[in-house]
Formats: sequence, structure tokens, C-alpha cells
Amino acid sequence: MYVSIVDYGTGNLNSVSKALEAAAANINKKLSIKISNNPKDILDSDKIILPGQGSYRQCVLGLKNISGLWDSINEFVLIKKKPIFGICVGMQLFSDQGFEEEITQGFGWIKGSVKKIQLNNKDLKLPHMGWNEVSIAKKNDLFVDIKNLSHFYFVHSYAFEAENIDNIICATDYEKPITAALLKENIFGTQFHPEKSQENGIKLLSNFLNWNL
Amino acid sequence: MLKKRIIPCLDVKDGRVVKGINFTDLKDAGDPVEQAKIYDKGGADEICFLDITASNENRKTLLSKVSETAKNCFIPLTVGGGVASIEDIKNLLLAGADKVSINTAAVKNHNFIKESSIRFGSQCIVIAIDAKKVGINKWEVFTHGGRNSTGIDVIEYAKIVEKNGAGEILLTSMDRDGTKTGYDLELTRKVSNLVSIPIIASGGVGNLDHLYQGFSEGLASAVLAASIFHYGEYSILEAKQFLASKGIPVRL
Repeated sequence: MYVSIVDYGTGNLNSVSKALEAAAANINKKLSIKISNNPKDILDSDKIILPGQGSYRQCVLGLKNISGLWDSINEFVLIKKKPIFGICVGMQLFSDQGFEEEITQGFGWIKGSVKKIQLNNKDLKLPHMGWNEVSIAKKNDLFVDIKNLSHFYFVHSYAFEAENIDNIICATDYEKPITAALLKENIFGTQFHPEKSQENGIKLLSNFLNWNL
Repeated sequence: MLKKRIIPCLDVKDGRVVKGINFTDLKDAGDPVEQAKIYDKGGADEICFLDITASNENRKTLLSKVSETAKNCFIPLTVGGGVASIEDIKNLLLAGADKVSINTAAVKNHNFIKESSIRFGSQCIVIAIDAKKVGINKWEVFTHGGRNSTGIDVIEYAKIVEKNGAGEILLTSMDRDGTKTGYDLELTRKVSNLVSIPIIASGGVGNLDHLYQGFSEGLASAVLAASIFHYGEYSILEAKQFLASKGIPVRL
């Protein structure tokens, strides 16, 4: 299997790559991983991972700054209908728009907006940072063999507010429910970082590699 | 519910783990990669490397240790020590660090906090503050591993750090560091109440009760400790079980 990790100058792609290697080894899957920003590599891949760190706006600008990259991801997802895994801001970009810095259009694959988390309890900190329990709202292929309320590592101040709750397969609690994972056909994403979530994260990546549409 | 974090900190010098008693009398406590693996398996929530002499010595050793650690540990890794430029941050992130901790360079140039958090995202910018008590309810920022006074008030500085986009503050009491008499709880609580970003309490842990106090009285989001874990006095699991028994939400 050939998996590309989309490289557009964001965050620590090596840790995603290392975690993916561990995930493949656990299920004895032969895997070729490419960290790439080349549209051809994206379109040739069986599956892609879209990481994202920093602000929504900077991530959109970063992707659009590389010639053909934005369109190739759109084509991969909407026309080829192959599996994508968005991580953190990578998942947030599935939305229509983000409100970080200024309003920025996203891919618009999953109806909704990304807005700053509003907290009433002033003892709660932002970013929402650390290990939180993830409740699985809808049974799905990605969370097979992962216990309900397992811990995953989060770090974010903005959250995905989906219009259609059917797209929300997992939530976490930070004063109120926060979208933890989204799924719509071939489009999957998590707000938390699987690559930083030990066994649970590796298991989720294994499930993504095993995922058949 | 979001869990309180336990972060073992490895002070690294020449690629080896050491822990200073008030930053001088250094003892060797092993290889950072091996230690990190043990902590990862033992249930640490994050790991922190502080390269305590990075300003003067070869940094490549550290980068290779970071990269080796990142291959083996799937929990967040924070690396600090001598981080002074965008290039330094980039190199550490590329080697496999998830967050970098910036100390002296942030004090010298507050704009560096802003620049780095815009460039890499607030989530990976930890500002380390070394605080020394200079009066009643008054602490001063020190730099260069606690050697240089700056005249800057810790409370004022913490506000500046937050305003410039830092994701977290690693707050070390220079008075308590290495003394095993517990965190400076007054300091920790004051800063934690003041800013809305998470505070990591650091400096002075000698027993498990001190960790508990860091959360219950210091209101920290995370606690950092070194020697009580390195020398096997307590395991991470023992620490977490103790905290859970006292009603602190931890990941078990």
C-alpha cells in the first residue's frame, strides 16, 4: 500500500510517519510512505494523510501556496473517492470555513465551521491540551477494537462545529461536547493526534490502513 | 474529562541524562533514549528534554537523541535548552520534537515568541520561565540556567508571554529546584490564576504529595519532575495511582 503524508510546511511530519510505520508493522502490512507536496504523488496514492498544525488560515494558505496541491487533494477525495485521514487542523480543513485570524474557506467536504472554543469555567485552560477521553458516538470501521472512552492526546483552541451530527462519530468533553472525530464516506479525520496517543493512536492508524470502503 | 499530566523531565548534557542539585553538582542517570522509552511504557503523559548546556556545547548530539526518541515514543516530546532562533526550532521539530521550550531568547526578545508561534503554531511553543523569589509575592525572571537576573517581574512577564501567543508556560522555581521541598505553590497558583494558557509546575519535587499539591494548591495543568522518577524512588504508575486516590483526574 502506498500512503502519502501531505507536506505543506506544517508541524512534525516525521512523528506521523514513524507512527504509521509502527501501525503497519503491527498488522504485518507492507507499506510505502511518502512525505510529499507533489500533486502527482497525492493522486497516485492509495490513501493520504493530511496533517495540520498552527492556524486554520495558515494551513489553507500553506496548501494553496504549492502549485496544484489543493486541487489534487480535492480530486483525490471527491473524484477518486479514496480514503483521507485529516489530523487536527487537517481535519478542520474539511469544513466550509474557519474563523481563526480571519474567515477562511476550507475544502467544504463536511458542512460546518471551525470556531474558537468558548468556556464559561475560567479554571479551564485554552488550548485544550492533554489527554482526554473519546466517546464513540457511532459504530464505525476506524474505531474497531478501540474501547469507548479511551484516552487520546489533544491540543487545540478551535473546534469543528458540524451541521450534520451524523458526521460526528466521536466526541470528547471540555465543558461541552467537542468534535473528536468525523466520518463521511471516504473522508475521516480526528481532532486529536493519533501519532501522539500511544497504543490507541497506533491502533487507529492500523485501522485506517485496513479500512476498505 | 481532560486529565492532569505527569511529565518526567530529562536534563541532558553531552547526550546523557543528568539532574543538577541547584544546577551544579551533576549526577549521571543514564541514556535519554532508554529513559524515554521506560517513561513512555510506564504511562508518562509527555516527556521533556532540557539540554542544560546547549548554549555552549555541540547540539548535534541532542538532535540525534531527539530523533531516536521520536522513533520509539508515541507521546508528545518537548525539547528545550538554548533555543534561540526560528532555525533552532525548525531543526528540533524536524528531528522529532513536538514542542520546543524557549527561555532566554524569549526574555531578550518578546517578539520571538510571537514570530515562532505564528510560524509553527502556539501548540508547539512552550515558554520556560525561571523564577526566583525576591520579596513577598514578588518573583523575578532569571535566565541562562538561573545565573543571570533580568529585573523583570514574573507576573508581568507571564502576561506578555500569553499575549504573544505561547501555548504553555513551564514555570520553574529556582529557589526550589533540586531541594526536594516541593513546588513554590504560591508562585504557581498566582501565575495559573493570571493566564488562561496551561501552566506546568516545576522545581522542587521530593515526594508524591508534592505532585498532588502542584495540582490542588498550585492549580497547575501538568507537573514536571526529574529525580524522583530517574532514581526509581517512584514509578509514574505509583505517582498516578496516588494522585487518583486523592481525586486528581489522571490517565491510568
